[in-house]
Amino acid sequence: MDTLADAPRAPLLEVKDLKTYFFTRWGTGKAVDGVSFSLGERESVGLLGESGCGKSMTSLSILRLVPRPAGRIVGGQVLFQGRDLLRLSEEDMRRVRGRQIAMILQDPLSTLNPVFSIGDQVAEPLRVHRIVPRSGIRERVAKLLSLVRIPAPESRLKDYPHQFSGGMRQRVVGATAISAGPKVLIADEPTTSLDVTIQAQYLRLLKDIQNESNLSILYITHDLGTLARICDRVAVMYAGKIVEQLTVEDLFERPAHPYTEALLQSVPRMDRKVHRFPSIEGSPPLVHALPPGCAFAPRCPRALDICRREFPPVTKLDNGHSVACWLHAKDPHDSALAGSQERP
Amino acid sequence: MTPPLLEARNVLKHFPVTKGLILGGNIGWVRAVDDVSFRIDAGETLGLVGESGCGKSTTARLVLLLEHPSSGEILYEGVSLQEMSGDDLRRYRGTVQAVFQDPQSSLNPRMRVGGIVGEPLEVNGGLPRGDVRERVAEVLRNVNLDPAFARLYPHEFSGGQRQRIALARALVTHSRLIVLDEPVASLDASIRSQIINLLKDLQDEHGLSYLLITHDLAVSRHLSHRVAVMYLGRIVEEGTADTLYAEPLHPYTKALIAAALPVRAGTPDDTVVAGEVPNPMNPPSGCRFHPRCPLAMARCAEEEPTLRDVAAERRVACHLF
Repeated sequence: MDTLADAPRAPLLEVKDLKTYFFTRWGTGKAVDGVSFSLGERESVGLLGESGCGKSMTSLSILRLVPRPAGRIVGGQVLFQGRDLLRLSEEDMRRVRGRQIAMILQDPLSTLNPVFSIGDQVAEPLRVHRIVPRSGIRERVAKLLSLVRIPAPESRLKDYPHQFSGGMRQRVVGATAISAGPKVLIADEPTTSLDVTIQAQYLRLLKDIQNESNLSILYITHDLGTLARICDRVAVMYAGKIVEQLTVEDLFERPAHPYTEALLQSVPRMDRKVHRFPSIEGSPPLVHALPPGCAFAPRCPRALDICRREFPPVTKLDNGHSVACWLHAKDPHDSALAGSQERP
Repeated sequence: MTPPLLEARNVLKHFPVTKGLILGGNIGWVRAVDDVSFRIDAGETLGLVGESGCGKSTTARLVLLLEHPSSGEILYEGVSLQEMSGDDLRRYRGTVQAVFQDPQSSLNPRMRVGGIVGEPLEVNGGLPRGDVRERVAEVLRNVNLDPAFARLYPHEFSGGQRQRIALARALVTHSRLIVLDEPVASLDASIRSQIINLLKDLQDEHGLSYLLITHDLAVSRHLSHRVAVMYLGRIVEEGTADTLYAEPLHPYTKALIAAALPVRAGTPDDTVVAGEVPNPMNPPSGCRFHPRCPLAMARCAEEEPTLRDVAAERRVACHLF
């Protein structure tokens, strides 16, 4: 078992204290508020959280695709192979997107253009980044399509997206994403629109491609089931902050943050039946109106007084496990990954 | 013996597929629901489980009288829906209600919550306005919402609250059967469990029956008493939720359950079933699952297995049993 939690190698992608805010009529929304994590070579890290927690905005920030003018990256660093992507010129950034860091989005129907053939769309990154000579494009595209298990790819280059099934379309999106040979693949809920048996097929394919092409995967999801199939490590997000980072085994065996714990218990599981779910009361806060202190405190059954006043420091547990929770804070001064936590 | 609350007997629904707009010829049929039978007793939840295109939503629409069966019949308390006349049908529509997947689109954004929840009472007639208001307040309390919310509009609520509003509307006519079409699919995990708990509480308090349509096996496990698994328009396996999930018989049920189970990282995952759901216009010969089935035999391609009783409360359509 390849647990990369405390592998010593330098991370390929390192996000440090990233802050992406939205400036709107209703005030400032701290969509991403001091997020730090790293992704090693050939590692898969999951960003887990409910809608509005900032997981997708984190991935868009990495590629500098935050919707403007409302959204802006206001602080932090995104180090890719040691280079800060937030400081690159727009032109240099364009060479990173697709070529170095590629992305798969949730819905293949809106990712693929209905009026271009599949062959053209898979070839686009090859043309834009001039990866192969024009004469070689056709062959390369067919090879990519066969890599994502499209039967008889040569004969389907001229087909259009509507002629493919949902599962095949998402595989085509995958082929497009890896066509320019990126090192990092950001997959934002890639299986949500697929049926269960097709999901399982897709995740296995993703894993195979990862092994064949030495990819690192940042997997964004709200779904614990698919997460377990693909990720080595997980960062749990709540209200714009990472509240816990741990290996997938630890996620299921010993979650430390009350939110992670509650999330695990509240998910209907096939392998055990309970009469009532210990559900989390209330709903996640809006990023425009965050409570002071830990944003989960108002819903937390074990909240202390201090939780409502101050955001907890990050405490390091064993096995690369870290958690931001006062229940685990040994001493307010040994905040390990901190520096990012503002104090009142 | 009292008849079940709702019973479907050999229901078929075939949709014509046409080509061209004006001189369109019929080029085939989609056999969306193909000889499906089931029953739902009072106070019981039947989970109808399957992937997209298996016919589960068409079945729900047939029960809601939004479609009419091509053949076969649906009976409510022993009376066929086709034989019901105006007044009986109106009563049926009052007692059988629905909650859909997306409360964003199932609630009219221009109506206040009070109007949305009270509308079925107006349609089904006869209540003075004051009584409607009282009843609306009562059902809002039933779904754990503040009756004062009646004055607000849907956009002022979160997804979970909107689904509670949809549920209140389904309850307002003292309904006996609620068709739940993916009731929690659009909700976040922490909200999902709240709604599942609420659905269970309401069932216990009001003796409701549910027809639960879902692709999510875990949700169906927790809400259903009995489960029917559909594939390409047919029920392939049926049983109580406990036995079916503990010991699935049909290879398709096995594959579905395996695909939905969380896999421990690092353990080999050899449960992935190959291929995709075939075109329902042209289903495979014999058993419809045989091209994807890991255990298929020569006979499976030729002869379609019938849904047989294999134990008490257990039916399966597979040559292996």
